[in-house]
Amino acid sequence: MKVALFIPCYIDQFYPQVGIATLQLLKRLGCRVSFPLQQSCCGQPMANSGFATRSKGCDNNFIDNFKHFDYIVAPSGSCVLHIKEHLKSETHPEEAAHIRGTIYELCEFLTDILQVEYIKASFPYKVGWHNSCHGQRGLYLSSMSETVSPEFSKPERLLNMVRGLHLSIPRRKDECCGFGGIFCISEEALSVKMGTDRIKEHELNEVDYISSADVSCLMHIEGILKRNKNNIKTIHIAEILNSKL
Amino acid sequence: MKTTHAALAEKFIANTAQTDWHDRTLWLVRQKRDKAVHTLPEWEILREWASQIKNHTLSQLSEYLSEFEQKAKANGIVVHWAADAEEHNRIIYKIIRKHNIQNIVKSKSMLTEECQLNKYLEQKGIEVVDTDLGERIVQLRKEPPSHIVLPAIHLKKQEVSETFHRYLKTEKGNHDPQYLTEAARQHLRTKFIESQLAITGVNFAVAETGGFVICTNEGNADMGAHIAAVHIACMGIEKIIPKARHLAVFLRLLARSATGQPITTYSSHFQQPGPGQELHIVIVDNGRSKHLGRKDFRNSLKCIRCAACFNTCPVYRKSGGYSYHSSITGPLGAILNPNTDMKASADLPFASTLCGSCSHVCPVKIDIHEQLWKWRQVIVAEGYVSRKKKTGMKIISFVLSRPSFYRFSGKAGRWIMRTFPFLLKNKLNPWFHSREMPEAPKQSFRDWYLKHKP
Ligand code: SF4
Repeated sequence: MKVALFIPCYIDQFYPQVGIATLQLLKRLGCRVSFPLQQSCCGQPMANSGFATRSKGCDNNFIDNFKHFDYIVAPSGSCVLHIKEHLKSETHPEEAAHIRGTIYELCEFLTDILQVEYIKASFPYKVGWHNSCHGQRGLYLSSMSETVSPEFSKPERLLNMVRGLHLSIPRRKDECCGFGGIFCISEEALSVKMGTDRIKEHELNEVDYISSADVSCLMHIEGILKRNKNNIKTIHIAEILNSKL
Repeated sequence: MKTTHAALAEKFIANTAQTDWHDRTLWLVRQKRDKAVHTLPEWEILREWASQIKNHTLSQLSEYLSEFEQKAKANGIVVHWAADAEEHNRIIYKIIRKHNIQNIVKSKSMLTEECQLNKYLEQKGIEVVDTDLGERIVQLRKEPPSHIVLPAIHLKKQEVSETFHRYLKTEKGNHDPQYLTEAARQHLRTKFIESQLAITGVNFAVAETGGFVICTNEGNADMGAHIAAVHIACMGIEKIIPKARHLAVFLRLLARSATGQPITTYSSHFQQPGPGQELHIVIVDNGRSKHLGRKDFRNSLKCIRCAACFNTCPVYRKSGGYSYHSSITGPLGAILNPNTDMKASADLPFASTLCGSCSHVCPVKIDIHEQLWKWRQVIVAEGYVSRKKKTGMKIISFVLSRPSFYRFSGKAGRWIMRTFPFLLKNKLNPWFHSREMPEAPKQSFRDWYLKHKP
């Protein structure tokens, strides 16, 4: 199985450890993974700000890099959703369609394609889970509190395989953290208020870590935690699934 | 100063206690809704049916509207058509003049709010008494409603008590909700008895029967319509449903979505004028047909005004209705308002994280968050965006679409952050105002990969 690793730009630049964990994890699970070297960004920052017409360059570059694989995997629900919904090409429509149909967020790839039943990992900490909206409501990584449907959660199922991990779910289990891309800048006060309120719930639960399947939410939450000298740390699910503590 | 959602939200949040209370109260309503919908295993099927019925109706709106008009007329109802708010208000004013009416009661109607009917009539020296409790409270305070179902949800009982003390002469400092409600009841009772004209909204107008349904919890629409000699019901063109049996779908969805009740306390069917009464219907366009013509946005006309999307929206809950600076607030306002006034509403589609909760809570399956995304594209394309943002986007897209350039700037950026962190840690960077910057690693993932590649 030829798997391409897509490491979104801000993960590449600021959270390389998440990329490393994703790569190592996929390899341990038997995938032949390559990292196309000329990749950059999925184009979401432009599109969500209303400049989708400006993401053409990113689209073309993405198609160039990722057209020759069986699967594309990324540790970010938000970027994957963007590609799935908005990757377009006038010159290479078939390749774009192929990519849209074969790109997966890490948790859904492990669950639906690799059908992982066992992961050798241990992480003896109390971990508060944050459902990132795009992964959850866009990619259906888990059921959501709004709809009437059987409950499931792909990330929670994976985390429950980790030895020593104590999973903690906040009472408002799928409330947005307020990152929202451009929103975190244009609506700074509200964005921080939303993040602060999410953290409060995890604090009540006395978690050691807050984890999520999206680095962007974690970056925002981490920024607030650090500013307030809060001891809770953030960690991406790939790092937990790849950890042998 | 320009009042944007962001600025108004910041002001709202400055009062943390009030914000948290607002958030908790509306979250409670959302939880009641959850509890109610989980008692119906067929909930998702009902949503799908409602969505399809509405889609179908919108696709043949003019036919259903004509059918409705014809049946309504045959029932003895006087039907008026209004192209816009101005015409709607004028029609009502004419009826008032014709009968020389002094005393008017009005039950809840977001349409009359949209058309600013009260203000229009006030300017002509005519007073309208809003009879919905929440609406009466905000009317006394000379405020607009902050929520389409719970108009006074931004107020605590202490504030209501002060308002009633001032206008209804209740005891100072008595905050007891039952006492206050009783005072409002007595006050409104006299208004009902004196009323000569009752204005109401319409929740559903049935094409096949020419009748319509009004849903309230307080019975105030009925009280008005039964006492007054003249009843005017105002409806947007999208309120039509084809068959009476479709009510079985919508009435089950509406109250559960709005408040978690199985059905509103009063779901009153009006078919024809009562003996000696006059019954008018004003059917209003006011931008709706323009909306219908926008392919990407037309299905927002499916809306049944339940406000579930308000209660679920964390942005709404934590920034309050007034931060949307328009008569229809919340996520719904953010997708409706740009249609009629794009310039004034250019910030509203950006007042969202696109979390998608609204679309999944919506009983008629409006793709609210996708429309917010699409409105952003339209607003930018039509030029309602600052030059600063435009230039910024040009640079970002230039960098991100050129891999080597991106790598170079990433490296330079990280180097700067590591060496001179204070460069970015300044007031001009909104991120940094209340958040630390992510720590800059020495190497990017790609750098690491090139070193460790098998
Ligand atoms: S958009 Fe949907 S959820 Fe919002 S008020 Fe309308 S029907 Fe209700």
